[in-house]
Amino acid sequence: MPIVTELTMPTYRLTEEQTLLRDAVRTLADERVAPRAAAIDKEEAFPQDLRELLAAQDILALPFPEEHGGIGADLLTVCLAIEELSRACATTGLILAVQALGALPLLMAGTPEQQSRWIPRLASGEHLISFALTEAEAGSDASGIRTRAVREGDDYVISGSKRFITHGSVADLITVFAVTDPDPDAGHRRLSCFMVELPATGFEVARLEHKMGIRGSPTAELAFDGVRVPADNLIGTEGDGFRLAMATFDRSRPGIAAQAVGIAQGALEAATEYAKDRRQFGQRVGDFQMVGAMLADMDAATEGARQLLYKACTEIEAGSPDSSRWAAMCKLVAGDAAMRVTTDAVQVLGGYGYIDEFPVERMMRDAKITQLYEGTKQIQRLVVARALLGRDG
Amino acid sequence: MRIVVLVKPVPDPASAGERLDADARLDRASVPAVVNGNDEFALEAALKLIATAGEGEITLLSMAPTSAPETLRKGLAMGAHRGVHVTDPALVGSCAVSTATVLAAALRKLEYDMVFAGIEASDGIGGIVPAAVAAHLGLPFMSYAAAIEPDMAARTVQVRRISPTGYDLLEAPMPALIAGTQALGEPRYPSLKGIMAARNKEIVTWSLADIGLDAGSVGTAVATTTVLDIRMPPARAATEIVRGTPAEGAGRIVDFLVERRII
Repeated sequence: MPIVTELTMPTYRLTEEQTLLRDAVRTLADERVAPRAAAIDKEEAFPQDLRELLAAQDILALPFPEEHGGIGADLLTVCLAIEELSRACATTGLILAVQALGALPLLMAGTPEQQSRWIPRLASGEHLISFALTEAEAGSDASGIRTRAVREGDDYVISGSKRFITHGSVADLITVFAVTDPDPDAGHRRLSCFMVELPATGFEVARLEHKMGIRGSPTAELAFDGVRVPADNLIGTEGDGFRLAMATFDRSRPGIAAQAVGIAQGALEAATEYAKDRRQFGQRVGDFQMVGAMLADMDAATEGARQLLYKACTEIEAGSPDSSRWAAMCKLVAGDAAMRVTTDAVQVLGGYGYIDEFPVERMMRDAKITQLYEGTKQIQRLVVARALLGRDG
Repeated sequence: MRIVVLVKPVPDPASAGERLDADARLDRASVPAVVNGNDEFALEAALKLIATAGEGEITLLSMAPTSAPETLRKGLAMGAHRGVHVTDPALVGSCAVSTATVLAAALRKLEYDMVFAGIEASDGIGGIVPAAVAAHLGLPFMSYAAAIEPDMAARTVQVRRISPTGYDLLEAPMPALIAGTQALGEPRYPSLKGIMAARNKEIVTWSLADIGLDAGSVGTAVATTTVLDIRMPPARAATEIVRGTPAEGAGRIVDFLVERRII
């Protein structure tokens, strides 16, 4: 006879707290962010007003511990906020995503002293942080990084350049990965991670990219010409850089997946509204089966990506040994869903989808980046395949 | 500075899903409840006043069904300090007169310098409860407030009351009851920390017995008004949406008006 020792209600829903926070961000996104989205895209200007709004409403405080003025939200809650903001404006969603991304090495490996030095002003939104790993010749392959950090007395001197750095021109603090051990045999121990406070002598924003999407989000090329930082700006120990970068991606890729799910949801809603409103041949275009079926597929793809994201967040937060796989899978599926759903949204709107009178062409351009940054979709597949196959021999 | 803000949960005006039950009363399960819009303007004014004063306490007071605390939480998330929720099975079917009686009885148990209320609620739109509460308590009543300026040292409060020609400037001794309008300013969005903090703020529940009222003195049996019938407004003709450049749109609108000999 089975003995029931414990009865717990299995729950597969958001907690009351998560729902409250998500709804608050959704209201703000609908009322304050969505009306700005088209202009942010058109002007290609970083929305300082919305950055201040996110700070004032404590949205930028979400990823940070309470002891440093944050909210101490779990990964899923942070992703819910990114999703809701991105549903209205992918550039604005990215402000929170990058604030979380840039601070991850500091949160994971920073000393208590380092954390109390930098995190309070990140949590309050007074400072923005950016994450500088990628270089012109080192994208997917971080072993190609050439930026050097050389120890000189109590300092490190950083020289080199970084490319495709989101918020690189608006950040107050940059997490920089640089080579401290150039020995080719050093392998994954070549890189170290540093905090660079700006402005800094020798630091320059070399240029800004002109991009297909997320146009309000400045993407910078950064030049480091003998930038001197104190040795206690080293995060972790020398040689920890690669490990920290990879561990960062396990928690940051879900943020990009959340951005993708938000973009897809925004496009689905815009297409659905249009399909209800637009009449051709005497009926709503959504009532044509071909259009209705597209909307149904868009909804299913978005919800499927969303559920994988939420599950991945829960697994990663619980410390799953499979975190890299969860992070890569959710970003892979969400990025592809966002690209397909936004492309179909343009199709549902026909000619109106192709012009900037409606938001879906912007969403389609914005969606593309989610298949590219923080690892292309090919890199995500590589991560998943390696998790499945293990290493040969 | 102690301010009590009267808060009414109303069906969300953005929902459009509301239904009435067999007794022509709102089926509260059919539509989410929100804080009445005018009450939010009053609460925002109260929050600004205590922020300026650097001290003070705001109490939300609501007479509402048992689900009201969920709605009051939003006011607490905006920054109010605590809630008082008067609820009792005998209150079902209460008219505006009963509502004013109950709110006045609850206010007798609270300490305050000012009572703020929205000028009317978006569901019933009666607009008489604040004045009736003031009458019950013998409080000065200042309505249609566009600005509220208390002077704690003098124990007076000045109100700019919207008038057909501009403003009337009124002054009354404290305590006073002030009914506010949207001219008080847009209510703030609750911050995420405010939302988290609100979950631990106190909402006291009072029954009719707690405020010294007899169950027979309120509710359906003594209601002074009865809803006989409710009808939807007649459907309007389909909306025509004009797409195109602003010039095309303006041209089409002119044509539309000319066709109907409006211009």
